[in-house]
Amino acid sequence: MLLRSTRFAGENAAPFELKGSLFTLTVLHLFQLDRAAIERHLVEKIKQAPSFFNNTPVVIDLEGLAEPRNGVDGVDFNGLYKVLREHGMAPVGIRNGSPELQKIARQAGLPVLPESRSVGAAKKPERVEPLAVRNRLINHPVRSGQQIYAADSDLIVLGTVSAGAEVIADGNIHIYGALRGRALAGVKGDVETWIFCQSLEAELISIAGRYRISEQFDAADLGKAVQVHLVDDRLLIDHLTR
Amino acid sequence: MATVIVVTSGKGGVGKTTTSASFATGLAQRGYRTVVIDFDVGLRNLDLIMGCERRVVYDFVNIINGEASLNQALIRDKRVENLHILPASQTRDKEALTKEGVDRVLNELRQSFEYIVCDSPAGIERGALMALYFADEALVVTNPEVSSVRDSDRILGILASRSRRAEQGDPPVKEHLVLARYAPERADRGDMLSVEDVLEILGIPLLGVIPESQTVLQSSNAGVPVILEDGSEAGAAYGDLVDRFLGKDLPHRFITPQKKGFLKRLFRRG
Repeated sequence: MLLRSTRFAGENAAPFELKGSLFTLTVLHLFQLDRAAIERHLVEKIKQAPSFFNNTPVVIDLEGLAEPRNGVDGVDFNGLYKVLREHGMAPVGIRNGSPELQKIARQAGLPVLPESRSVGAAKKPERVEPLAVRNRLINHPVRSGQQIYAADSDLIVLGTVSAGAEVIADGNIHIYGALRGRALAGVKGDVETWIFCQSLEAELISIAGRYRISEQFDAADLGKAVQVHLVDDRLLIDHLTR
Repeated sequence: MATVIVVTSGKGGVGKTTTSASFATGLAQRGYRTVVIDFDVGLRNLDLIMGCERRVVYDFVNIINGEASLNQALIRDKRVENLHILPASQTRDKEALTKEGVDRVLNELRQSFEYIVCDSPAGIERGALMALYFADEALVVTNPEVSSVRDSDRILGILASRSRRAEQGDPPVKEHLVLARYAPERADRGDMLSVEDVLEILGIPLLGVIPESQTVLQSSNAGVPVILEDGSEAGAAYGDLVDRFLGKDLPHRFITPQKKGFLKRLFRRG
């Protein structure tokens, strides 16, 4: 942006021109208006880095400022300005804050700076692309005769898997209830998959094609909360500690 | 707004029609305009249990095919006011039940009735699917034995996935468990599944337990819904069931063995 003042008749050159420029300024993020506290902390900071506070221009950011409980009536930016000046800072303006606070700031001679675009963009959380592999969540019991297959993902069942029902996943299977039917994890051959259930009463469990039917279960595992996985190509059933 | 209730079970012979007859009669006794429909096309039974088999002229399939009007086919019960029966056809098969046809008949019935009770045939084929498709609530009838419970589990899965409510994403069909032919003594001995066993497997709220009773057989043969038999335990249990369905909070009766006196034990007769 360039605004040259027009030359008046009889003048040789314009006395000034206006030109946009970027500055690196220190931003003071204000969280509360307690002047005594601000002063106390300033003194502390100056002790740490005395050279920094040498008429340093600062912008006061009001975004994090808790709105005073009794409204904005008591807010005194004149007083704040004085405190900052006394401690080697030169407030050049404010940023953010409610319209009421901005009005008070303007009355105190502090201009309101526009929100800087780069800061605004950086504040937004980055959009995370959903993972290609997700879980399939079943939030009802799986009844006899029903078959549920979670392709390329894990399967989570919030409820019981009844006798005669079948739950199948390319990934892991988690059952928050009793497993009375069949559960087959890693059906595409993933040997790293697991089956978890809160009560093992299954007709059949299988991981990557290695299976075991209820007759082959250890009596000590029946009715227990277990995790099932493959170790050396053999199904291993561990009890889950509660 | 009329409520459509399906009485279903998966397995045959567990007491669906007995339950449909007594449940519909109980609702009508309590003042609700009620119709009970026999969906068992080809194996018509409800009319026998209701004692109106000799008054059947037109049937459900006739209405679906537009061969008769509803008023011609509906049979008014002679004992209980507000109660109507829509019999099944004995000469057709279940293929006569089309989704559009059943929908149209139900919509017509909704105009004049508060409760529409659909007596489902056994199995999970067309007849059973049509009976449950339009249901708002379901009475799932189960006997305390494993095959019956498993079939009920299967039907619950179908209710949750293939009813109109499921297909349209509406609130699910409200499920009620009816445990019929229950003998507390035998459950105690471990010959039968107990109420708790069945509830643990099926995991739906218990609406009523109907005790095993000779009266059920006798009243079926006499064409009287057992709920109308004064002094019978099964009839009283159905009465409680209807009251619970209508929102009353009643304790479950007939689920613990009765202490029999010395004489009764000597002449052991139910």
